[in-house]
Amino acid sequence: MAYRWTSADLLLLSVEPMLYFQNTLIFTRALELMCCAASKTAFCSSSFSQCASVWTIHFILLFSRQGKLRLQKWYTTLPDKEKKKIIREIIQIILSRNQKTSSFVDWKDLKLVYKRYASLYFCCAIEDQDNELLTLEVVHRYVELLDRYFGNVCELDIIFNFEKAYFILDEFIIGGEVQETSKKTAVKAIEDSDMLQETVEEYMNKPAF
Amino acid sequence: MPAPIRLRELIRTIRTARTQAEEREMIQKECAAIRSSFREEDNTYRCRNVAKLLYMHMLGYPAHFGQLECLKLIASQKFTDKRIGYLGAMLLLDERQDVHLLMTNCIKNDLNHSTQYVQGLALCTLGCMGSSEMCRDLAGEVEKLLKTSNSYLRKKAALCAVHVIRKVPELMEMFLPATKNLLNEKNHGVLHTSVVLLTEMCERSPDMLAHFRKLVPQLVRILKNLIMSGYSPEHDVSGISDPFLQVRILRLLRILGRNDDDSSEAMNDILAQVATNTETSKNVGNAILYETVLTIMDIKSESGLRVLAINILGRFLLNNDKNIRYVALTSLLKTVQTDHNAVQRHRSTIVDCLKDLDVSIKRRAMELSFALVNGNNVRGMMKELLYFLDSCEPEFKADCASGIFLAAEKYAPSKRWHIDTIMRVLTTAGSYVRDDAVPNLIQLITNSVEMHAYTVQRLYKAILGDYSQQPLVQVASWCIGEYGDLLVSGQCEEEEPIQVTEDEVLDILESVLISNMSASVTRGYALTAIMKLSTRFTCTVNRIKKVVSIYGSSIDVELQQRAVEYNALFKKYDHMRPALLERMPVMEKVTTNGPAEIVQTNGETETAVLETKPPPSGLQPANQANDLLDLLGGSDITPVIPTAPTSKPATAGGELLDLLGDLNLTGIPSITAYNKNGLKIDFTFERSNTNPSVTVITIQASNSTELEMTDFVFQAAVPKTFQLQLLSPSSSVIPAFNSGTITQVIKVLNPQKQQLRMRIKLTYNHKGSAMQDLAEVNNFPPQSWQ
Repeated sequence: MAYRWTSADLLLLSVEPMLYFQNTLIFTRALELMCCAASKTAFCSSSFSQCASVWTIHFILLFSRQGKLRLQKWYTTLPDKEKKKIIREIIQIILSRNQKTSSFVDWKDLKLVYKRYASLYFCCAIEDQDNELLTLEVVHRYVELLDRYFGNVCELDIIFNFEKAYFILDEFIIGGEVQETSKKTAVKAIEDSDMLQETVEEYMNKPAF
Repeated sequence: MPAPIRLRELIRTIRTARTQAEEREMIQKECAAIRSSFREEDNTYRCRNVAKLLYMHMLGYPAHFGQLECLKLIASQKFTDKRIGYLGAMLLLDERQDVHLLMTNCIKNDLNHSTQYVQGLALCTLGCMGSSEMCRDLAGEVEKLLKTSNSYLRKKAALCAVHVIRKVPELMEMFLPATKNLLNEKNHGVLHTSVVLLTEMCERSPDMLAHFRKLVPQLVRILKNLIMSGYSPEHDVSGISDPFLQVRILRLLRILGRNDDDSSEAMNDILAQVATNTETSKNVGNAILYETVLTIMDIKSESGLRVLAINILGRFLLNNDKNIRYVALTSLLKTVQTDHNAVQRHRSTIVDCLKDLDVSIKRRAMELSFALVNGNNVRGMMKELLYFLDSCEPEFKADCASGIFLAAEKYAPSKRWHIDTIMRVLTTAGSYVRDDAVPNLIQLITNSVEMHAYTVQRLYKAILGDYSQQPLVQVASWCIGEYGDLLVSGQCEEEEPIQVTEDEVLDILESVLISNMSASVTRGYALTAIMKLSTRFTCTVNRIKKVVSIYGSSIDVELQQRAVEYNALFKKYDHMRPALLERMPVMEKVTTNGPAEIVQTNGETETAVLETKPPPSGLQPANQANDLLDLLGGSDITPVIPTAPTSKPATAGGELLDLLGDLNLTGIPSITAYNKNGLKIDFTFERSNTNPSVTVITIQASNSTELEMTDFVFQAAVPKTFQLQLLSPSSSVIPAFNSGTITQVIKVLNPQKQQLRMRIKLTYNHKGSAMQDLAEVNNFPPQSWQ
């Protein structure tokens, strides 16, 4: 493939052989790098500040006290491997915090806001200049939504109905920003969507395409 | 083939696994089943299979083979499929996979679907993971939906637009018309997302910012309604109406009011109102107050409002809730530069936070404490900070030590206090002190002339017990080397002098040399110190000689080199040793990154510190040992006035050697410039290769009389178009009977290539009387100036 040599040549030289890898992930990644070099765009893979703007929430993690992940929502683009590494690191940091500390942790160039509800930790990563106290309210609101939907929500509800937990989150937050501030409205939207889901019979009979 | 197991069934089964290996086995089995099901293009169970795959993906197992299946689900007519398909797309796909572009068409169709919940799914997915290409293709659809009257869709479209702008900033313009009446909405969801959209646009473009400034009154009105309105069950949080919206509006006001007087004034009232009326018993109220404080500090608010804001922060500091204290410290750190006095009022509370258990709070309290130190509170603050240094975590010690040094330098009330503080830091956190602190400290100590005895005594006592902290040992070694004589003579005034013998001092220095804990640099310091003591101590010179000679064969190259050179000093250059190892003069302060002005608030006289004249002659011997061949050796160079002759024992031959470096020796004839009363002065010329306007004249003065000429001074003057540089003469004595000469170098700059002329003045003592003569030199050969 034709591409123009840029100052990222050395990087590209090491990347080029990967175009011949069988592994599709590596292949597509290498392809990406080459395309970026050709279009002379800077490729930031694990940088959190890719664009000039200020994201509010970068990602949300839910995990148990034993360190098992129950939900992960990412509002930035990162390779899978990197995500796994971050999750491991953050779970370790938060689980090792003792009771007497604040809910905020400085981590890289972000702030982690976390709160424990029963056996689950809710953790949000926000920009350095964001309002941490409000983020605590955001987390609390999400828990309230879950509670309203499931009725006295507990960790098992989230384990067995993880897709619903995602749907509820998606009615509350889009792209790292809050979209609905009314509890009633958000939950109603989920319940209406649930009604739209086909029954088993309907599902079997309806044509897919 | 039996129907694939249901999702909940799978979850239940996997949870029964007792080991990681068992779980892995179950998962691999199920994955295989799912893969074959995908291969069969089964429409009925695709949704179920993808859902299971997503679950396994959350457990950490690879699920990339399900990416295309997600796309098929999105394209399906069934809502259930779409829901899972879009979820899968958000979890498994992103802009790094080329396949994601296949989604674009589906999303486009779904954005125009008849069911709002399908449209909602599409908007949500685009707003979470849409790549730049997708955003470019679909921006038009988003813009259309931004203008719809359906509030459910409008709010999602607004956030989708925010994402589009973040990915493709150039598209921001196209959303401008749609923002026209966004704030007229009654629906809180739309209001909130609209404010987010406006914030994004204002932060990215100064033009947009200027354009949207006119919205300030409307925003103020909305905020006012929120505060004044009665209880609204739908948006209430602990008695406060829609705190999320309040905070976002406050943030937008902050951006609009920044650097703009009119806007800032328009929002003064509402900010005061929010600041005073908000309930502070719960976190939510404090969140709003926090945002208000940030806004007040950032816009051009009146001073009363600023004081109000700082007081709120002060109240936060006293709150039991750690989160609130954390937030207060962070904000105070940002405002301490601009509102220093107001923050000073809360100093004691801040200092108390140094004792908090939370690491983040401690760090902020430390930074803030350093920012608050001034001439008045320095003693008290230092006490607290030194105590903190003692007890804090290792990750803080380096920063704390550096901070203390800086603050002490700026505000030390007395020299003794300064030295004591440094000592305290070195002994408490000696191993954490930064490398550049050692030379700075040494410089400081040198400059406090009257404290030398006290300092060396304290340092000696400090390392007697423990010589493992390298920076401390380095400073101590250096001081002992320099002021060892003060140490053994027991001259200390500030405190009880201790009885130390020369041998004891050498003992400690030798222990440092031998110790395994000593770094190579430290050993170098110790060896040099021992050497210096050879001129300050009287009884133990032989011992010193022995130590130095031992290290002549050290494995450490640096030590070996030093020892060999010092050995040479003992043997061949013993006559130079006293001069070479003389006491160091006061060093001029070299500015580093920190505030490095000479201390001016000291109570005691500072004549030593404020000296800026060139280094006194004590420095010359050291220089000369190195600078024998350096023409421009440390003396002053002024055009006409010659310098005091340096007491160099070397002959003039050395200087000429350097001349030959870049000079052109094309035999320009030399001349006799002066010849009277037995004094003859010859000029020899050289032209510089590098600079054709420069002529270098070497004068040689000889004395043919039977008595020597002493205090000989040669002065020269040239016409205005020339520039003259007179270097130091080789000596001031011309021996009798032409047995020796004085040489001196003159550099003449002749840019206009005019004829060289010179007037010279000679003064000297001869036969007991002072002689003086003036003469003009006109017989310069043309080659010397053309």
